[in-house]
Amino acid sequence: MTGTGVGPELIRLDGVSASYDRAVVLEDVSFHIHEDQFTGIVGPSGAGKTTLLRLLLQTLTPTTGTVWRAPDLRVAYVPQLETVNWNFPITVFDCVLMSRKSTRIRPWASASEKASVFEVLDRLGIGELSKRHIRELSGGQQQRMFLARALIRQPQLLLLDEPTSGVDISTRHDIMHLLADLHEDGVAIVLTTHDLNGIATHLPHLVCVNGRIVGEGTPNEVMTPTVLERTYGAQMEILEHLGVRLVVDQAPNFDSTKLKI
Amino acid sequence: MTVLFEPFAYLFFQKGLAVAGISGALLGLIGVFIVLRGMSYIGHGLSHSIFGGFAAMQLFAAKFYAIGAGLWGIASALAITAVTKRSRVGADAAIGVITIASFAFGVALFAKFGTSGPSFENALFGSILGITTGQIVGLVAVSILTSMFVFLRYRALLFSSFDPDVAAVSGVNVGRIEAALMVVLSLAILATLTVIGVTLVAAMLVIPAVIARMLTNSFGRMLAYSTVIGMFCGLIGMYLSYFADVPSGTMIVLVGAFLFIVVLSSTGRRGLRRSAGLDRHPEDILPVKSR
Repeated sequence: MTGTGVGPELIRLDGVSASYDRAVVLEDVSFHIHEDQFTGIVGPSGAGKTTLLRLLLQTLTPTTGTVWRAPDLRVAYVPQLETVNWNFPITVFDCVLMSRKSTRIRPWASASEKASVFEVLDRLGIGELSKRHIRELSGGQQQRMFLARALIRQPQLLLLDEPTSGVDISTRHDIMHLLADLHEDGVAIVLTTHDLNGIATHLPHLVCVNGRIVGEGTPNEVMTPTVLERTYGAQMEILEHLGVRLVVDQAPNFDSTKLKI
Repeated sequence: MTVLFEPFAYLFFQKGLAVAGISGALLGLIGVFIVLRGMSYIGHGLSHSIFGGFAAMQLFAAKFYAIGAGLWGIASALAITAVTKRSRVGADAAIGVITIASFAFGVALFAKFGTSGPSFENALFGSILGITTGQIVGLVAVSILTSMFVFLRYRALLFSSFDPDVAAVSGVNVGRIEAALMVVLSLAILATLTVIGVTLVAAMLVIPAVIARMLTNSFGRMLAYSTVIGMFCGLIGMYLSYFADVPSGTMIVLVGAFLFIVVLSSTGRRGLRRSAGLDRHPEDILPVKSR
């Protein structure tokens, strides 16, 4: 897994700024996504991670700068689980089917559509759950379902917003293995994450965001006290364990003896 | 026993029954989208808004009141869509101002100038009397249009109702679908206004859909159940209104409310859990707060 981006360009942001109601969220961002890229976007809450995703998705128009996208680029998006309406009356099968490109007029699935839905569900190991309501799945299964919905579009670029938010360690490992497999199969991946030690440090390429891009490169290049302080506005220390960088907070500057136990 | 069949001897009742059944089915069908998209308040507001156009056209061109009120309704629907998306005022407040002001305008026109068409009370609560062939044709036409819209745009409607942001990224023209849905909704309200009544249309948009949701976890089945339940409420409500001597819309809604209680009692917690938070719209995937 190289993932640092040396193949043909898929999307390019040049000098892009973005704002909501005149409040500037991202400023002067230049960022390229290549065919073989596997990138994590990290930064504190409100830093502009999701805005950057939104620019890549072209659901937000930049106030300045340009966004270039490869012609006929197939992009798929996996939202945060927290944003999903879990009471919506929909089964796993229908959830995946809705995303499939189709010129078919009739609402129900054709035999080939059924086959392609089951193929992607089986690939992600949830084929037997196709008739379940989406709320009846575990966190990991829910994430797999949305991955299936994205993959049925056969994307060249997969964008994920906090894919491991709110899942346990085992599920997090499963999801990251799945994403690594997809990347091996030639899908470029960009995800946002808050998890520096569990996710970011294991990715081949990171972008640190805090209103602008404050660092970009491999974990060894950007997971440094200087870049992390510029990103998070807090002092952090870096430890190395088995060749992997781990981020730890510096000692808290409050009197922990006053905390009630 | 013959008393029970007595109303069927009257042509006005036969017409009323047919219109009530079709109206209930139409509102039940479109109500699924209204409920799942968290648009119940828009449905409520729109029915009140259309009343303004209804009253104005009674005054200026009573023969064409349906066309005028329809255009008024569509304009209100599109204005509500625009306000909901762009306004810095809260959507609920903006809808309240636009639609209730239109309603007040209608009430003022009725009070000042009277009407040459349906009475004020009939417009509010629905009436079995005076249903014309033209109204029946209009209702059937709107029902066919709505059914075709749902059939032909089923997947786009489903995707944009469940996950509008991802649908937009996936190539669904969400704005166009929403606008079309609002137009269809305003036409459906207009077509059912005379039988159900302005103040009660919103209830018939919501009740069948909520009952259907308590009965199933499938979107397709929810559409079918809601349509059938709406038709059932329309037919039974209209029949009972004859004997109870109350406005038809009132009895149709009461039948729906009774059915809701029955289904809620029989499905218990499962039904409650399914229908809880139905109008919880998934927040914008990329909300300003969590950027």
